[in-house]
Amino acid sequence: MNALSLRKHKELIGIALLAVLIFVVLPVSLDIFRLNLFGKYLTYAFVALGLVLCWGDAGILSLGQGVFFGLGGYCMAMFLKLEASSVANTKIQSTPGIPDFMDWNQLTALPYFWQPFHSLTFSLIAVVVAPTAFAFVIGVAMFKRRVGGVYFAIITQALAAILTILIVGRQGYTGGINGITDLRTLKGWDIRTDHAKYVLYFVNGGLLIGAIMVARYVRGSKLGRILVAMRDKEDRVRFSGYDVANFKTFVFCLAAAFAALGGAMFTLQVGFMSPSFVGIVPSIELVICCAVGGRNSLLGAVYGTVLVNWAKTTFSEDFPNLWLFAMAALFIGVVLAFPDGLAGLYRSYVQPYANRLLGSMQDSIRGRRVAPASAVSSRVE
Amino acid sequence: MFGYSFGDLSAIFAMQAFDGLILFSVFILMSLGLAIIFGQMGVINMAHGEFMIMGAYVTYLCSNVFHHYLLGLYPIYFFVAMLLAFFAAGTAGMLAEWALIRHLYRRPLDTLLATWGLSLFLQQCYRSIFGAREVGVDLPNWMMGAVHAGDTIEIPINGLFVMGLTVVITIAVFVLLYRSSWGKKVRAVMQNRVMAGAIGINTEKVDRLTFGIGCGIAGIAGSAFTMIGSTNPSAGQLYIVNTFLIVVFGGAQSLIGTIASAFVISQAQSTAEFFLTGSMATVLVLLSVVGILMLRPQGLFVLKIRR
Amino acid sequence: MSANNGRSHLPSALRRRLLLGMAALPAAALLPRPVFADIPPTSAVNTTGLAVTDDSVTIGILHSITGTMAISETGSVEAEKLAISQINAKGGVLGRQIKFIQEDGASDWPTFAEKARKLLVSDKVAAVMGCWTSASRKAVLPVFEQYKGILYYPTFYEGLEESHDVFYEGQEATQQIIAGLNWIADTKKAKTFYLLGSDYIWPRTSNKIARKHIEDHLHLEVVGEDYFPLGNTEFNSVINKIKLKKPDVIYAIIVGGSNVAFYKQLKAAGVDMVNKQTLLTISVTEDEIRGIGGENIVGAYAAMKYFQSIDTPTNRAFVDAFKKMWGPQSVIGDVTQAAYEGPWLWSLECEKAGSFDTEKVIAAAPGTVFNAPEGPVKVHENHHLWSKLRIGRARADGQYDIVYVTPEDIEPNPFPKGYQ
Repeated sequence: MNALSLRKHKELIGIALLAVLIFVVLPVSLDIFRLNLFGKYLTYAFVALGLVLCWGDAGILSLGQGVFFGLGGYCMAMFLKLEASSVANTKIQSTPGIPDFMDWNQLTALPYFWQPFHSLTFSLIAVVVAPTAFAFVIGVAMFKRRVGGVYFAIITQALAAILTILIVGRQGYTGGINGITDLRTLKGWDIRTDHAKYVLYFVNGGLLIGAIMVARYVRGSKLGRILVAMRDKEDRVRFSGYDVANFKTFVFCLAAAFAALGGAMFTLQVGFMSPSFVGIVPSIELVICCAVGGRNSLLGAVYGTVLVNWAKTTFSEDFPNLWLFAMAALFIGVVLAFPDGLAGLYRSYVQPYANRLLGSMQDSIRGRRVAPASAVSSRVE
Repeated sequence: MFGYSFGDLSAIFAMQAFDGLILFSVFILMSLGLAIIFGQMGVINMAHGEFMIMGAYVTYLCSNVFHHYLLGLYPIYFFVAMLLAFFAAGTAGMLAEWALIRHLYRRPLDTLLATWGLSLFLQQCYRSIFGAREVGVDLPNWMMGAVHAGDTIEIPINGLFVMGLTVVITIAVFVLLYRSSWGKKVRAVMQNRVMAGAIGINTEKVDRLTFGIGCGIAGIAGSAFTMIGSTNPSAGQLYIVNTFLIVVFGGAQSLIGTIASAFVISQAQSTAEFFLTGSMATVLVLLSVVGILMLRPQGLFVLKIRR
Repeated sequence: MSANNGRSHLPSALRRRLLLGMAALPAAALLPRPVFADIPPTSAVNTTGLAVTDDSVTIGILHSITGTMAISETGSVEAEKLAISQINAKGGVLGRQIKFIQEDGASDWPTFAEKARKLLVSDKVAAVMGCWTSASRKAVLPVFEQYKGILYYPTFYEGLEESHDVFYEGQEATQQIIAGLNWIADTKKAKTFYLLGSDYIWPRTSNKIARKHIEDHLHLEVVGEDYFPLGNTEFNSVINKIKLKKPDVIYAIIVGGSNVAFYKQLKAAGVDMVNKQTLLTISVTEDEIRGIGGENIVGAYAAMKYFQSIDTPTNRAFVDAFKKMWGPQSVIGDVTQAAYEGPWLWSLECEKAGSFDTEKVIAAAPGTVFNAPEGPVKVHENHHLWSKLRIGRARADGQYDIVYVTPEDIEPNPFPKGYQ
């Protein structure tokens, strides 16, 4: 269809623009400190992408994405920490060769579940597989029983709280509330140098574009259509013969995988991981980043995340008290005033001008396509 | 067993039982307001903790005012404070409902986000008005100390007070819901909003009042908690997860369910804490609740409604 | 400082006359040394590109102004600002006024790391007064080590650290714990201890040291040990356990908001700390008592290096100056006073080194002595401070009566052998 290919075109152009922004504009115009900050924002964008799929498209609100972000991040951190805790580096400890926090907690040997993280391959696999497996278990347990909507959200929230308490309490094994800090090298390559930060930034950007393409593919496929149908009228999809639970579990696992990837890239770029990314507050902030950008738009989610985090850094420097009010306004505004986020605003105000540039024929087609999409953008119970 | 004598053990059990009851009362107070709002209206109020803290701050202000101007009446200030807390939180709740919630009734996930925004707003207000530090709320003397029942058994007075308060409020809520005309309207709206509107009930007013009463109860709970917890802008966050789990575990639309669930969870927590460390006890109880919810998502008690 | 402005332009004869005239003023007698002619040029004191000009030097303040830790860190910020204003009033450091850039860590460790990087890399501050929790310090440590900054860290903590780039103004665990346990075992003839704490590294590590000391060195008994998640508000179960075990001493390291719940419930359960039950804590300062309420904790003992009620002229002057700047209702806890020491120690170290370059300052630091409100403190080679330990007993008005002071300064020992 003419309009569909135009729409795909538009999105590809958008992705290309994003790529230019990430790979060309930002590195040229920012110093390494600010660029590293943007790299950090882009790792949050992974989570937002996952949320677009599972919340915007499938209607599953997860308030515990921090769990998967954290699990991915911790897997990467465990590998890096073991490498940084070689016998040579830790000779002043009572037990050389184990991470410093284990030494303070009077552990004398590496716990068994840390052992496999000596291997980079295992760690990389674990980064993706462990959170996805966890998401699978939760998904199967809940979706098969038709737990959805609000209940699911609250349970994910409880899980985030539980994991935080566990990590903080078992400090001998996890580094506790300090997290796992002082990460130095990846297979001998120092990740703290400026050069390394540049490389990691570009790798991160590349992975992000890759994730967007994967997400696009999922959305454009038949699976994507079923997800949208499930969000709007779940029973009808079920009566049509589809196993709704399987689809929900799949998209939830995909979102978890994205979040985990983001977590691992975060650990690499920032140099540590702590339970303060796992809990309730960071999880819900990730949701709001996605919402601000537009929960139905992949590009919107990325821009929204970057914008919210950039605003947070800037405002909290100058107006720390005002920042919380601004956040509150964001939450309320995004729900009441502009539920489609920036993407919706773009679609309503900017796109007509853009289209006028491309001719009136395309404009009329687009008019017919946009209206149904925005009508179903708010979740109906 | 465990190195205690029989006399000791019976004393342990007696005191643990009382502490379990106190925890039970605390949980009921926390969740009753939320149960009404969630159960009857399907609205998730993430700002519930902040309404509780509002009650706590009102109590703090009352305490200061009485201390400076009405010293003679100081012993009864707490009752005045609770009443004021109820009205303050209730009015704030009605205002929030009018400004925010009523636009979002069909969209529960969005109310989640919007009320989270409300909670951030309230937290920052408290921080700006009262400062980021904790404020100390003084208790009148008769409320401090313990009642001695036997040699080793001591029951804290404020615990008894909280228990008594819970009984009073629970009875009040039941009377309101099942014996008053307002209660009838609320139940009608809950069961079938469209028909209730069709027979002439002003659903908007009912919703507003219900939300206000739910928040008012939260305010009273917060006022009572000044006796056992700290009052600072971010204290509300500590209560959210527990409160939601209790309400959801009990079956969202059943108040009896909430009470039963509060009982089960409080006893489990209290017992687990005695034998394990605090953290592991919390983790264990929360995991069990989540696990049971996964097996039986509708909670303990289910109201059968034809939609 | 008119002489300052005219320094490079006045002919030398006029300059000498001005100097002589100024020297006649009584005020000049109060100045530690003639400031005007002695200001070293910027190129001599700053060879590493720090934010130093001819009349100013910039340092950073990095604490949480928002979030859960804001409750505790506000005092540190106030103390540091007081110290800076006092140093400036005395003529500044190496003739330069101290300017500061304040950043908010927002109780979020990654934000601390990010702001630390900003202060060191973008703002090029000469030193940073900052952090409070061990987690925030651990998060910023790699940043300071990578960019060769100096951090002045005020909180008493668990030790087990000795960074080249950090100065620890607070006591580490052995300084706080061992002398306190010795005193209480001696004076109260204590035989049994019950250890309590919040569940994270500082209380756990401290209790490990405490247990080792109680069991191996004092040959006494630990009858119970319990930990609670941060933010926990239910202590009735453990209070019951305590009542049944009847320990001679409750050794409590409960942190933050949980303190309020714990002491209120303790009192409500009828535990009488004034007459019957001894309780020793290392985590409750005058700041925390404001939230707990003095009448709930009256009778408890605390082991700190500083109490607001220390009765020396230096401390009284400090308390007065603090209240004048921040309000008559202010209270000053141990960490607040330690934070006050930060800018002073840094300025003394810079004067000693004759430079702001961090490596030179760090090299000059050991041996520096400062007349702090707690008494004179000296910087050790391991970057901690020699200081005394005091035991105070909480009063109903929120202050402490000091019942014991160690006769000698205690040497800091962040990696104690035999306690690990």
